[in-house]
Amino acid sequence: MILEGKKKLWNDYQKEIADDNYFYVRSCVRQNLFPGAEHTFLKIMRNELKKDVFEDPKHTTCTGIGYHSDIVPLETIMTVVARQFSLMSENGYSNFVPSCITSFGIYTEILELWEHHPEMEERARENLYKATKREFKAPANLAHASDVIFKFRNEIARKSRFRLIDKSTGKPLKVVEHIGCHYSRMFPHKGLGGAEFPNVLTGLVEAFGGEIVDYPERRACCGFGFRQYLVQANRGYSISCSRKKFESMAPYNPDLIITNCPGCPYFLDRWQYTISEMEGKTYGQNGHGIPVFTFEELAGLMLGYNPWDIGLQMHQVAFEPLLDKIGIEYDAHDKYCDADGNFLGKPEMPEMMKYY
Amino acid sequence: MKTSQKHIVIIGGGPAGLEAADNLQTLGYDVTILEKESAIGGKVINWHQLFPDRMAAKDVMAHLTNKLSSNVRVVTNANITEIVTGNGKYKIFFNQNQIIEAEAILITVGYDLFDARIKEEYGYGIYDNVITSVELEKMFCQNKPILTQQGKVPERIAFIHCVGSRDEKAGIEYCSSVCCVTGVKQAIEIKELLPKTDVMMFYMDLRMHGRYYEDLYLEAQQKHHIQFIRGRLSEAAENPDGSLTLKADDTLAGSPIKVKADLMILLVGFSPSACNNKLSKMLNIELGNDGFFSPCNTHIDTNSAHTSGIFVAGTCTGPKSLEYTLADARSAALKVHKYLVYAPVSEVLN
Repeated sequence: MILEGKKKLWNDYQKEIADDNYFYVRSCVRQNLFPGAEHTFLKIMRNELKKDVFEDPKHTTCTGIGYHSDIVPLETIMTVVARQFSLMSENGYSNFVPSCITSFGIYTEILELWEHHPEMEERARENLYKATKREFKAPANLAHASDVIFKFRNEIARKSRFRLIDKSTGKPLKVVEHIGCHYSRMFPHKGLGGAEFPNVLTGLVEAFGGEIVDYPERRACCGFGFRQYLVQANRGYSISCSRKKFESMAPYNPDLIITNCPGCPYFLDRWQYTISEMEGKTYGQNGHGIPVFTFEELAGLMLGYNPWDIGLQMHQVAFEPLLDKIGIEYDAHDKYCDADGNFLGKPEMPEMMKYY
Repeated sequence: MKTSQKHIVIIGGGPAGLEAADNLQTLGYDVTILEKESAIGGKVINWHQLFPDRMAAKDVMAHLTNKLSSNVRVVTNANITEIVTGNGKYKIFFNQNQIIEAEAILITVGYDLFDARIKEEYGYGIYDNVITSVELEKMFCQNKPILTQQGKVPERIAFIHCVGSRDEKAGIEYCSSVCCVTGVKQAIEIKELLPKTDVMMFYMDLRMHGRYYEDLYLEAQQKHHIQFIRGRLSEAAENPDGSLTLKADDTLAGSPIKVKADLMILLVGFSPSACNNKLSKMLNIELGNDGFFSPCNTHIDTNSAHTSGIFVAGTCTGPKSLEYTLADARSAALKVHKYLVYAPVSEVLN
């Protein structure tokens, strides 16, 4: 692998990311799957970077999952997106930052559609006004939350207590990065690094001192692709996608996986357990599986946040061995306690995959 | 005015420029070749053998260069900065203070190679064992062993056709015309050097349009057992040992395939020369929508540009084999001659 070649390519795919004053919209599913991730993003942005990030409780789903499942028509989703933009405009913001990759793809696609077909934008404005009496301005800047973290990656790394280094050997940890399909596949120039060799997470990993693993099935979908999962009969296809990736990355002995999409960490995390039950096979070292993190979780860990405040107890694959490897302290007892310290009880332990 | 008193400037010292210069000197003209590179010969000087008869490229080059007489002046490292018309002549300014006058200009600037990095999914410039057909030809030329970057004799080599040809996504919609047969010739050369190596060709069409090209294609299949798979590569990925995993659709078998290869060779197509824009502005000549020079007429006047006294030949008007390039250069020389004899420069330019 020729790193210089990648760097040349990354230079071709840079994008403007606003410096401050963000209007943040949450993901539909992340708050259930990895509820600490978005909280951690806001904490980093506000407390560490001292940035203004505004949320409006009136914002809704972008309806992207419905759109990609052929349930929500284009005209409807454009009106919903127009409403999100109107909330941003009403609150005096112009830099739009979605938490979700599917949403980022939706906003990108619709802004692109409006640029080429102004009559569609006009129609969305009419629909929005008829339905809500609202008006909007299109964002001056659209960036995914992982773009924003990328922008400030060096500043975050400087403030960090930990690095992606094996404390016993001093060697960099091997990191698999997985980019959500809708980040740059549709519009390569809207994603840092483009579609084939994205830079948005590799940049973050390198800033923390980790070593990127580029494995043959790096570009393959995690298995979340909506039709693969929403249609129950297709779920075998979903898990086979994930399995293909694990098999491909396994020879590199990765220490962790990092993602920037709501669905990817969930499927790459949970399917490891399912595969272990179905096939008796575990990936990663010593039967623990390969821990999977969102970009915010990883940044929070490096900054020294309490793993339980980040929400790591919601992960299926055990991450404790990795924390030990890096030297991150944690109180194992607190894993099964609520925010007030009340013990909630331990779940049933899986048979194949080691768990704590 | 006798032909010996007339001066023609040829911009570009590749095969077309050299062949035209020879024909014009034979007709009695003084010729100056302005070549931007440090040596004449164009891209052929790095070529080993030519299709379809496997003639050594260096023999063709020797033929083209040896016959140039003292009537042909060659200026290498020439950087043209301005061209102006006046008094029925062209004044060409180059290399800061040098000026040369000519009654006619023949443009033979050739082509650039498609930048294979644009096909990002193939990993050229990033993966260790992805090279272009031009780099392979240089290896043949220099008699270098065909090895992977890891020093291993490749067990399987994959050729990828149409890299930068007929590819809307890459912004190139035309066919580069010669890559198909180049690939077949190179595959045969590899089999001759490495008989135990499997060679696979991923293609979408095989355009064997020239005489004996089809024979070469049959020889590749029947004698060398080279495997032809009709399907464009969707992506390549690097394996831990530096080999590559290739994914494609086999459109004849009707199924997706995934194969491992130790070396991947990209058959890169033609791109318009970077000089074209600069020269077209200097001479007020429009380029075609593909970026190549457009002659006055595709059928009956393939060498006149749309400005009087300016002519074009070779691959600057579109992808061509060496055979057609040289024929086009001879045609252009005759066209220049007819122009200078029958259409006095002063009448046309003023």
